[in-house]
Amino acid sequence: MPAAVPPFETFYETHRAEVFGFLGRRLGRERAEDAFQETFLRALRAYPRLEHGEHLRAWVLTIASRIVVDLARRQRPQGELPELGSEDDRPAFEELAPLTDGLPPKERAAVVLRYGYDLGYDEIGSALGSTEAAARQAASAGVRRLRKEQQ
Amino acid sequence: MSTFVSPALDERFRTAAAAEGLLDVAYDILTDTAIGDLLVGVSDRGVCRITFDPEPEVELERLARLHGPRVLRVSKPVERVRIELEEYLAGSRTHFDLDVDIRVVPEFHRVVLEELARVGYGSTTTYGALAAKTGHPNAARAVGTVMNRNPVPIVLPCHRVIGANGSLTGYGGGLARKEKLLRLEGAIF
Repeated sequence: MPAAVPPFETFYETHRAEVFGFLGRRLGRERAEDAFQETFLRALRAYPRLEHGEHLRAWVLTIASRIVVDLARRQRPQGELPELGSEDDRPAFEELAPLTDGLPPKERAAVVLRYGYDLGYDEIGSALGSTEAAARQAASAGVRRLRKEQQ
Repeated sequence: MSTFVSPALDERFRTAAAAEGLLDVAYDILTDTAIGDLLVGVSDRGVCRITFDPEPEVELERLARLHGPRVLRVSKPVERVRIELEEYLAGSRTHFDLDVDIRVVPEFHRVVLEELARVGYGSTTTYGALAAKTGHPNAARAVGTVMNRNPVPIVLPCHRVIGANGSLTGYGGGLARKEKLLRLEGAIF
């Protein structure tokens, strides 16, 4: 039997720090605050429709990345992702962040969500408002581009 | 890979969640009241839960199961209940002006609890008398069960229900609390 949906308080307490860290690195601390509130309000609106409590970490990071993509689209018509906020020590994402700076936004998001946050392609697809196949393609295109740049 | 969420940001989100009407239950924990720690839960229809000495994990699971999973700690929606409880415990309030939400209790329980709500400050009644009022004169024992499971003690005054022989009998929050509340109201000396 899949895990039951936990009380929202428990879900929020478990994931808020990671979500805020994720948003801070993508948006800078100041803009991350609004995005943080929006992420959890969106999660709260969708919460009654959850059928089980599995993969909630991936689910909420997906919502957060969609908000980052939305903000990027709204604010930078050319589709360039905003500057990273400067933050303290974090492993996977932080190593990826400077490396992926030069990628187009979709490829960058796909690479970071896949290799920095270990999300599945189906989850990345829905985060980016596209399909699993498109997410896989974006991630591998991003990786190819990175390899080329490093040579 | 995580970052500290400031208390201000945390509070801002919680308040916004309640203001947008997105919660099944907003709750707060009142610490160090005259009768110890109380968890107070409020739905869109009124106060739906008061628990003595709450164990948050157990209590959150229960609220989610009964009312829906969107259970969040927010002080604002609970403020009115907190103030009235404090006034009551300070002896300056003899009547609660609060809406009570007992949608989730079974029909018989609801009938008994509605009758219980009429038992006034400073008076007592018995399990048998309360049973008779609801048209079930032989249901004293069942009424005892209803009192024991009262979701909003104090506001629905199950502490005012005692045994026919005058003994305090029992209380969900422990007999010492029942005695304290009855003393506060001047029902016993």
